[in-house]
Amino acid sequence: MAKRSAPEINAGSMADIAFLLLIFFLVTTTVDKDKGLSRSLPPIQDENVEPPILKQKNVFVVIVNRNDELLVEDEPMEIGDLRQAAKDFLDNGGAKKGGEVVYCDYCQGARDIASSDNPDKAIISVKSDRETSYETYIAVQNELVAAYNELRNRESQRLFNFKYTEVKAALDAGTFKGNETKADEQLDQIKDMYPMKLSEAEAKSN
Amino acid sequence: MSKFKKKSGGELPPISTASLPDIVFMLLFFFMVATVLRDNDIKVAQQLPSADQTEKLTKDRTVFIYAGKPSAQYAKLGTEGKIQIGDKFVGVKEVKAAILEERERLRVELQDKVIVALKVDKETNSGLVTDIKEELREANMLKIIYVTPQAVQQ
Repeated sequence: MAKRSAPEINAGSMADIAFLLLIFFLVTTTVDKDKGLSRSLPPIQDENVEPPILKQKNVFVVIVNRNDELLVEDEPMEIGDLRQAAKDFLDNGGAKKGGEVVYCDYCQGARDIASSDNPDKAIISVKSDRETSYETYIAVQNELVAAYNELRNRESQRLFNFKYTEVKAALDAGTFKGNETKADEQLDQIKDMYPMKLSEAEAKSN
Repeated sequence: MSKFKKKSGGELPPISTASLPDIVFMLLFFFMVATVLRDNDIKVAQQLPSADQTEKLTKDRTVFIYAGKPSAQYAKLGTEGKIQIGDKFVGVKEVKAAILEERERLRVELQDKVIVALKVDKETNSGLVTDIKEELREANMLKIIYVTPQAVQQ
């Protein structure tokens, strides 16, 4: 008997099967693109511990009312001006040289004695009404983070010749080229120059 | 009698589609790698506010809390902001228990480094967010991230 060769399998429908699978995956999956503003919550305070007393001039008060309007240091303000106002406050460096409060030698602000002593002392306090919309709330948070980031960028540019936010993003993504531990130390140094002190008071009830 | 018979007709040979499955499989693998499975369906409105000072979030140590008004399917629940954890609605007082339960699903070594991602609709009152944060403080999960799509920078 002659040896019959096995008939070739028709692969024409393979494409259809693959397309079906492809469409299934397209429908059931999402593209991972989550980004956000990160924040650390304060731990629960012990009832017996007295909160530290802060000087009024070292606290930058931002109040958002239920109509999404801003009151910054007792003055109404548009959200577009908040970033600059926060930067001016943080970068003020009002403490005198040789005084008992640490003098800020890298600050480039107005050195107004009625504003913050140094960035380490400066605290931004956000108070929002319960009925403030979340959109405004995030916009305020974003502007304040931007103020910190711009100051940090300026200092990292001056000291190490790179942008704080760019290097941090590269380190987080694991795409940083160069010495990672050194970059980490440099970032920490910049962070200490402008520590993020954002206080979120509990929303006021009506 | 010629040995070489002229081929009859000048028809083009059919285009071979044998490599088509390969192309489609390549697409398929790309999508499988670049995406994640949608693990729970979201029952609240999710129009997130955008921001431009964002950081990336690490998915493997994140638990999600969704909040917003119930979506069209659940419209009978009213238009008040609701909290969703996992795939069910929870009340403000149950957030702590639900989030601790949700944390159990993470890998053990990452459970201490957990980050809570808040996906909140932009029309929600911030009071609801404050309530959630208060519960998280009680659950001692202090690292949070407000999920916001990257806004286009001017």
